[in-house]
Amino acid sequence: MADTAVQRVEGAGISGQRGFLRKTFVHNLPAKIAALPMIATVLIVFVGCTLWTIYYSFTNSKLLPTGKFVGFDQYERLFGTSRWNVSVTNLISYGAMSLVFTLVLGFLLAVLMDQKIRFESAFRTIMLYPFALSFIVTGLVWQWIMNPTLGLQTTIRNLGWTGFSFDWIANPRMVLFALLIAGLWQGVGFCMVLMLAGLRGVDDEIWKAARVDGIPTWRTYVSIVLPMMRGVLVTAVVLIGSGIVRLYDLVVALTNGGPGISSEVPAKYVYNYMFSGGNIGQGLAAASMMLLTVVIIMIPWAYLEFGGKGRQS
Amino acid sequence: MKKFAVVAAMATALLGSTAVMAADLEVTHWWTSAGEAAAVAEFARVFEEQTGNHWVDSALAGSGTGANPVIISRIIGGDPMGATQMNTGRDAEELIQAGLIRDLTPIVEEMGGLDFYVDQSLLAPCTYDGKIYCFPVNIHSWDWLWLSTKAYETIGQPVPKDWNEYVASWPALEEAGILPFGLATGWPFSGIPGVLMSGLGGSDLVLAINRDKSADAVRGPEFRKVAEALDHLRSVISPDMMVPSFGDVGNQLLEGTAAGNIHGDWLQGDLQVAGGVPGVDYECLPALGLGDQLTGGGDSFYFPVLPEGTDPAVIQAQTDLAKILISPEAQLAFNLKKGSMPIRTDIDLSGANACMAKALKLLDNGLLPSGDFALSSDTQQQMQDLNTEFLDDDSITVDDYIERYASIIESAD
Repeated sequence: MADTAVQRVEGAGISGQRGFLRKTFVHNLPAKIAALPMIATVLIVFVGCTLWTIYYSFTNSKLLPTGKFVGFDQYERLFGTSRWNVSVTNLISYGAMSLVFTLVLGFLLAVLMDQKIRFESAFRTIMLYPFALSFIVTGLVWQWIMNPTLGLQTTIRNLGWTGFSFDWIANPRMVLFALLIAGLWQGVGFCMVLMLAGLRGVDDEIWKAARVDGIPTWRTYVSIVLPMMRGVLVTAVVLIGSGIVRLYDLVVALTNGGPGISSEVPAKYVYNYMFSGGNIGQGLAAASMMLLTVVIIMIPWAYLEFGGKGRQS
Repeated sequence: MKKFAVVAAMATALLGSTAVMAADLEVTHWWTSAGEAAAVAEFARVFEEQTGNHWVDSALAGSGTGANPVIISRIIGGDPMGATQMNTGRDAEELIQAGLIRDLTPIVEEMGGLDFYVDQSLLAPCTYDGKIYCFPVNIHSWDWLWLSTKAYETIGQPVPKDWNEYVASWPALEEAGILPFGLATGWPFSGIPGVLMSGLGGSDLVLAINRDKSADAVRGPEFRKVAEALDHLRSVISPDMMVPSFGDVGNQLLEGTAAGNIHGDWLQGDLQVAGGVPGVDYECLPALGLGDQLTGGGDSFYFPVLPEGTDPAVIQAQTDLAKILISPEAQLAFNLKKGSMPIRTDIDLSGANACMAKALKLLDNGLLPSGDFALSSDTQQQMQDLNTEFLDDDSITVDDYIERYASIIESAD
């Protein structure tokens, strides 16, 4: 396709250029008109608002976006603030652990579920149920369970194990794991269902062929089935990843950033400074940094995903 | 007879038209706890009785951090309410500058001035370019040390009379297994440094830091005492003993499981609901029992500029409400339920309890500007972050704390 187009342009010169314009604007006109609202939405809502955000992060705007240009002042303040730096570190450690554990546990559960067990749909429902709860509810439930004076710790101690200790939520070094427990409880079921759908999509013939060749089951899963589930895996990673970056409500409900500032996350910083702090410039600078992080992760992925295909054809 | 009927009909028509004149006025506020809701209902009652207008109550949950953003974004977004409560302070500064808040100066002139305000400094945050844009309706103060009578009975000591005696009693309390200081998680801690500042540092220090924004005062010896007291305080607080809400600390005090707490006067509402009697079940020490002035904040009412084409009756209702909120009758009814001090003392306050009576006496010495009052919300947020971090992280020394506090004050606007 690409080769013929190039040839035509070389051969026909000016008429080819007109052909290019025609192809871009007139060819299949109804489809292009139908796409206009979507294009407008993308340009105005997504690109436009992003540019607006970035522009105002360079101003000293307070409550209203009216401030004057101050260069990188907001960013300097941002990276001089220990709360922001702690937030970023927290998000990175939580994100890495959450991504790995959700994928691994989700896949293992899906494999177990795939063994043609009895009451499969009942188990599936139970595992998926936490996903139907919002993060706020999840956070509150786990807050009560993990509260050292009211929850599990006291219950077990009252049963006689007086040495039992489970105070992660009040311990600055362990509080991220407390968040992780609640996050995994909520998110693993969904990942499991996605993976299960992927497993079911693998043709039975492949399993039969593997069995004929005498390949052990675990090996079939790891070396044959898993690579075939690439689409599902990408979907799962994108969904989990976006959930990690916007992590906010779980923290607010479970720890509210505490003890101290040991479980703060970037989204909470943005919200606090934009709304209760009345400092839009600072909030938008933090938001722009969150965007930058996502872009840094997305660009290599998009390059591999789309750039690679171009070379193949 | 026929004539009479016509007159009667006309009279009814007139009456009917006045009834149509009655307007609906939407009022937003975040007074949602039991005592607060009862207090705001008094405002609504007086307003409806005296003007015949209808008070449309829009209570918002989440107070300063949850409700305030909603109120501000509604005003900015062009969907203003008839009237709204906010904290007395600088939150609405930019709304006033942008011309979104109604100028109340004509109403003030009509009333013949605001001399009845017990402290004119309350009006400072409402005044911009010599015009008045809001009416403070009450005075709240953080400067209270609450002590549990029962806890001191347990250790067989008299209830302390000031902060120093209280600190001296900590070892005995800890030995008896009583928490020296009860604390709720989250924002309650961030109010404590300000209380220590006015109690231990004195009025001059508060004025130098909050009003004049002097970083040198922060680095001075007076503020060091405050930081050291805070350092000592955090040594008796551990995160796993903290309770979810400040009302729970009230219960700890009444039960005698915690001996003391520094918290604003609104804690008293919860103590009363739980059946506590001041002087019997708990003691209250204004300004830590050391100072003779309270830092004051509180709540104000703002009246947004309504869009063009609004029914004049609604604008008239705004005017009426503004006058009623600060009228003696509404002030008395509201503040007795709210547990706060009224903005005028020319009313009969014999219904006030022992703690409020102590506060009213201090009111004559004038109010100090609290952090809420004098610092922008951005600066307050930075202070809160610093205090939360300091409480939990022992690796931040007193020197670090002072230095970081000073740099926040230096960059304050």
